[in-house]
Amino acid sequence: MPNNLDIQRLVFGRLTWDAIPFDVPIVMGTFAGVAAIGLTVLALITRYRLWGYLWKEWFTSVDHKKIGIMYSILGIVMLLRGFADALMMRLQQATSFGLHHGYLPPHHYDQIFTAHGVIMIFFVAMPLVTGLMNFVVPMQIGARDVSFPFLNNFSFWMTAAGAGLVMISLFVGEFARTGWLAYPPLSGIAYSPDVGVDYYIWSLQIAGIGTLLSGVNLITTILKMRAPGMKLMKMPVFTWTALCANVLIVASFPILTAVLALLALDRYVGTHFFTNTLGGDPMMYVNLIWMWGHPEVYILILPAFGIYSEVVATFSGKPLFGYASMVAATVVITIASYLVWLHHFFTMGSGGDVNAFFGVTTMLISIPTGAKIFNWLFTMYRGRVRFEVPMMWAVGFMVTFAIGGMTGVLLAVPPADFELHNSLFLVAHFHNAIIGGVVFGLFAGLAYWFPKAFGFRLEPFWGKVSFWCWLSGFWVAFTPLYVMGLMGVTRRLSHFDDPSLQIWFEIALVGALLILCGIAAFLIQIAVSIRNREQLRDVTGDCWDARTLEWSIPSPPPAYNFAFTPVVYARDAWSDMKARGAERPTSGFLPIHLPKNTAAGVLIAACSAACAFGLIWQIWWLVAIGLLAAIGIAIANGFNRDREFTVPAVEVAMDESIQAESLRRAA
Amino acid sequence: MARLNMNLWRARKSREDLNLKRAPGTRRVAGTLTALCLAGLGGCKMDVLNPAGRLAVEERDLILFATGLMLLIILPVIFTTLYFAWKYRASNRNAKYDPSFEHSGRLEVLIWGAPIAIIVVLGTVTWITAHRLDPYRPLDRSTLGPAAAVQPLEVDAIALDWKWLFIYPQQGVATVNELVLPVNRAVTFKITASSVMNAFFVPAMAGQIYAMPGMQTQLHAILNKPGVYKGFSSNYSGAGYSDMNFRVEGLQVADFDRWVSTVQSGAGRLDRVTYAGLAKPSINEPVRTWARVDRGLYGAIVEQCAEPGQTCQAMQMANLDPVDSSKRVAFQRLVGGRICAPR
Repeated sequence: MPNNLDIQRLVFGRLTWDAIPFDVPIVMGTFAGVAAIGLTVLALITRYRLWGYLWKEWFTSVDHKKIGIMYSILGIVMLLRGFADALMMRLQQATSFGLHHGYLPPHHYDQIFTAHGVIMIFFVAMPLVTGLMNFVVPMQIGARDVSFPFLNNFSFWMTAAGAGLVMISLFVGEFARTGWLAYPPLSGIAYSPDVGVDYYIWSLQIAGIGTLLSGVNLITTILKMRAPGMKLMKMPVFTWTALCANVLIVASFPILTAVLALLALDRYVGTHFFTNTLGGDPMMYVNLIWMWGHPEVYILILPAFGIYSEVVATFSGKPLFGYASMVAATVVITIASYLVWLHHFFTMGSGGDVNAFFGVTTMLISIPTGAKIFNWLFTMYRGRVRFEVPMMWAVGFMVTFAIGGMTGVLLAVPPADFELHNSLFLVAHFHNAIIGGVVFGLFAGLAYWFPKAFGFRLEPFWGKVSFWCWLSGFWVAFTPLYVMGLMGVTRRLSHFDDPSLQIWFEIALVGALLILCGIAAFLIQIAVSIRNREQLRDVTGDCWDARTLEWSIPSPPPAYNFAFTPVVYARDAWSDMKARGAERPTSGFLPIHLPKNTAAGVLIAACSAACAFGLIWQIWWLVAIGLLAAIGIAIANGFNRDREFTVPAVEVAMDESIQAESLRRAA
Repeated sequence: MARLNMNLWRARKSREDLNLKRAPGTRRVAGTLTALCLAGLGGCKMDVLNPAGRLAVEERDLILFATGLMLLIILPVIFTTLYFAWKYRASNRNAKYDPSFEHSGRLEVLIWGAPIAIIVVLGTVTWITAHRLDPYRPLDRSTLGPAAAVQPLEVDAIALDWKWLFIYPQQGVATVNELVLPVNRAVTFKITASSVMNAFFVPAMAGQIYAMPGMQTQLHAILNKPGVYKGFSSNYSGAGYSDMNFRVEGLQVADFDRWVSTVQSGAGRLDRVTYAGLAKPSINEPVRTWARVDRGLYGAIVEQCAEPGQTCQAMQMANLDPVDSSKRVAFQRLVGGRICAPR
């Protein structure tokens, strides 16, 4: 006869009421806040009867534009969570000196810095980068959608499911206390016996599947679906960087999946891949995770480089300077990014030869990167530079990133790294590269392509406020960290004995608050822009006088993007068409086949998330049901033959004539 | 197997002790120099820029050299960016507008040549210094300087949860959370950890190196100025990580010898049972010394079998592979041949 405990374990696994942190007021307060906001949103959706609309038009949509927008919204929402973590860390470090221990015990603080890193990389930067690639790339190459539209929807929902699991960990159980890469043995079952690391593993595994499939999808799209005439060396630079970033994704994410799977085996079935004893080797984990982790950095930064290239060229009123060398630089970075991973652990004691090799390869990457900066510089040279918001981000990036690149090369000198590794100098460096490089680029991209997505520009005043807050906030927040790194202060500390450090942390907190203003200004900007959308309306489809094909179609574009597939003769295809006075076709429209929406992506991702939740709490029946249901739905979906619908020629003609009419009025 | 007591952060009673144990001088100096620190990047308290050991000096010089070298290109780039952005602003109709300017062979040479030139120089310096300052390389006259004693002092540094144990095998003594070193004498550190990864770091003396369980890393270093310095773990290792600090004191040779004899004449023996107690997770361990240390203790810690009842790694693997008896012999030599019974 099984007793109560057995039945409870069978039904709920490790999940008990103790998993809800009732005794931690900060978490409960956050929960109350999040629940209030969530319920309000749900109530409003219900009140305005939007469920059907959201489900039919968005959640099940296979339109790359809508999926791109959903990725971006996910990234922005998660930015708020990740930034809340950042503020909490800044507040703790600014108050935790001597006899004062701040307001966060290590048990909570250590989860926060882990969650901050994981969320910012996997669920902020990645969705925003993927979202922009998804939205822009098909239009830039003159395609009607990506190669595998259903897969695209599924990829998005897997990423969203991973983000959801991380959010659940805030209230049910806890997150990992290991740092964002979860080095064993600390992340092994012996030293992290609770569910935190399991949340980490399974949320990244689920999101990783989405990222990998989206990589496959975009590579195929770029290689197979370019408009006639668009040779590789006529592709827009953003598409080039998207291609390279997705090659990196496809080549590196399987390493992450494998290494997390091995860690999971260590934790679940008692293997010894990364344990201290019985032949386990934690150093192997560190190597493997960085073989993924370093290319990951370039997965984020390359598309940002692409955005800057588009923005600088457009707002300088010139073609990009040195297109061929820009492409060469991108490809060199792609390849070289696989040869540098060991620079993340020079201090492991690999010896002079190994350290010197990886130090020098790392420096080699700075050569093409430097060349890129020069290319943007000379794009402005003899241009007519319009300081619209995206261009301000680009110039802010060039100045900020130059310093971040320099400190990066400094860290690539092994003996210098011996003194600076794991210090706040390192923290300042990678935030310099990721905020000054990736985040500025994403904001530039959001401001640049927003009118394409929604048909009206973002209100520039609040955009400028946001830019100046971010730029000044970044420097006020991270300069003190550079300084403290030189004092020998390490990262991830929740308490300090030395009271003379406090002033530096207080300055850094002020910087973080400035960035908070930047984020607030960005949200205000969106609200104000929606309110003033009629004044900000983009009637031409080409509000920036831009150069690439996405600007040749209306804003927002019709579901099919292009009524006729454009023929490309020159690099900046739309510039070239404008210069040649190309006319919009007004007749001869044909019916257009488009893929139908499908619920399969949402359902499979939901089942996968349930399966992951079961794995985390060891609720085995849920694991079995989730897994079988996910596979079952995928197979059933394979038999669905009713996947396309046709937009009749009349409808296309009508859409196009409305657009032509509004163009005439604008002129 | 839950060896970490996750409620440890609640026990903070002894934290004040740690503060009191700072050398009396450092507080005062810190206080007066804080103002200077705020005024600019003066050398005060910036251990990395104001080192007390020749290796750290070389590493500091390397940091400054590399930064200076890169600024040769970074500063002009920043300046030119701002200048071009300002000069070619759309409202400036006097600036030349040439939308056809998208390629220039000469500029391409500059664009690729300038970074390559910098990296050739820096890469060469990197190659040389990565070998010269490799922590595994024993110090010689070129790194030690003329005045220093070459015959190194040996110290075994062990990262425990969350404190540092230092064993002086030549003197047969051990300390916890305090590292006393003679100045101007080479020191050979053998470094390991009991449970999770840490890093051994005394910024004023030399760069850091990981302390990893079941493995041993090395650091050859020297301290040249007497004084009290900060030492700590620089790799996150769990709940007590913030308090994993130790005091480093550099003494003149005569003072060091005196310190050693004081410790040797003191009480206590660090045996396996004592070690097992010490290795349990704790924070803010007060400084303690032991007059004698069990032979082979350090080797057993590296082999993950220092606590009673544990099986050593080499034995585990040798047992799994009965043919490999050489491993067992080598291992028994390492740990003194009497600690670990086969399973």
